[in-house]
Amino acid sequence: MARGVRVVRLLLFYAALAGLWQLLYRAEFWPPYLLPAPGSVLEALQRTIDNGLLLQAVEATLRRQATGFALAFLLGTGIGLVTGTVRWADETLGTLVLGLQSLPSITWLPLAVLWFGLNEQAIIFVTLMGSIFAIATSAHDGVRSVPPLQRRAAQVLGASRWQLIRYVILPGMLPSMAQGLRLGWAFSWRSLMAGEILYVSHGLGHLLQVGRDLNDMPQVLAIMAVILAVGLTFDRLVFGPFEGWIRARWGLAEGR
Amino acid sequence: MDSLLITQTSTLERPAPAAPLLSLRGVTRRFRTNRHDTTAVQDVTVDVHEGEFICVLGPSGCGKSTLLNLIAGLDHPDAGEVRFAGAPVRGPGADRVVVFQEPALYPWLNVRANVELGLRIRGVPRRERQEVVDRYLDLVHLRRFERAYVHELSGGMKQRVQLARALAVEPRVLLMDEPFAALDAQTRDDLQEEIQEIWARIGATIIFVTHNVREAAILADRVLVMTPSPGRIQRDIPVPLGRPRRHDDHAVVDLAATIREELIRGRTNWEAGYG
Repeated sequence: MARGVRVVRLLLFYAALAGLWQLLYRAEFWPPYLLPAPGSVLEALQRTIDNGLLLQAVEATLRRQATGFALAFLLGTGIGLVTGTVRWADETLGTLVLGLQSLPSITWLPLAVLWFGLNEQAIIFVTLMGSIFAIATSAHDGVRSVPPLQRRAAQVLGASRWQLIRYVILPGMLPSMAQGLRLGWAFSWRSLMAGEILYVSHGLGHLLQVGRDLNDMPQVLAIMAVILAVGLTFDRLVFGPFEGWIRARWGLAEGR
Repeated sequence: MDSLLITQTSTLERPAPAAPLLSLRGVTRRFRTNRHDTTAVQDVTVDVHEGEFICVLGPSGCGKSTLLNLIAGLDHPDAGEVRFAGAPVRGPGADRVVVFQEPALYPWLNVRANVELGLRIRGVPRRERQEVVDRYLDLVHLRRFERAYVHELSGGMKQRVQLARALAVEPRVLLMDEPFAALDAQTRDDLQEEIQEIWARIGATIIFVTHNVREAAILADRVLVMTPSPGRIQRDIPVPLGRPRRHDDHAVVDLAATIREELIRGRTNWEAGYG
């Protein structure tokens, strides 16, 4: 019952929002090149789908995102494992991770362009830098969150240092990691969009920029919607359920 | 009260082997805090023989868990030596498995996988692992729950899983650190009877730490009474009662009363500064 009411209310809210938009457009409150009709945004979306540009852009963008994020996952987890396990590493490398975390990742772009040139490597590097520190921090926290009792239980069963990591630390850090990965994905996504708008071709950010260059507001809005949709899809369909599943399985919370 | 101990005839004929399985010689462990030093264990010398069921009894903070950790190799003495099976203890090992007070289980593994973990660590082949796990799940009556996860289990079931996991690696001594202290009375009674059965069936050596006098009287062949500050073994009381013992056996109740007197005497001595 309550759920049904909530859904109806939500639908009404967005319908009203669209209605208000349509109304403002009709009243010519702003000129149409600043505020196009909702319908023309849908048309722009349809157009980019039909001419294949959108699919191409989504593909290019997701490939960059996946590569950068995967690298950040591997490196970040490694860094977090080391700083979480070795005290002196935490006191040295750990401070660097914490410090660099507060650096907006798009500021790596000039460096990346000088290092790699105006190419895929540079944009993947920026994407990687977007999430690596969030992932490293969550991995570190995950290692630290494993209760000493669980470590000791494995030790008395005869676990070596590596077996302790394999059987206790790695699975024990997963709830924290799931949270960090979700956050990291969102951070990477933002960095990638910034990077693509700034210079890279063939991505969603590029398509957005093309819309601006052509003064094509419907396309700008359509691509913004796509960027939002792609980000939300991964958050809600991949990372959210993954985190919920981990938390439920680990006995930390009821399933979502 | 001493006469009680003498008139009871033991049904257990366990000739003590020549060399003790475990031997502690002048074992001392201090903890240093900012304000002051605490001697958790002072000059403890004791031998444990194969097949014995020992209860270490004392109030909380008397150093009995520290003593257990020293035997497990999770902690190291400041003075003295812990020898196990003829060699000094240098660290933890699967020949001395601990059953902890809190259920030290892995929530991401189901019951079966938790019990299996020690065998995986040891590198036991899969088929053999399955057999061993089946055997010990049956022993603790948890076969029906083998697919359940830790948060789905009651406190008593969690401790059974811990017990099965410890037994599965077939340790030479089982170290139990107040394993039933956090359970409700009924579950505790059941598990006390079960652990006696298990001990009789597999013939393990058990060192069982408790602050519960009745529990010690039910379970032990020998009760080591510990007193705090500094933690030392005040008395080594043999328990020549037959088995199985039940909570309401007169002999158990009487023995518990005797041991309780020992504890009280220990406390007054300690308070008077003679301890």
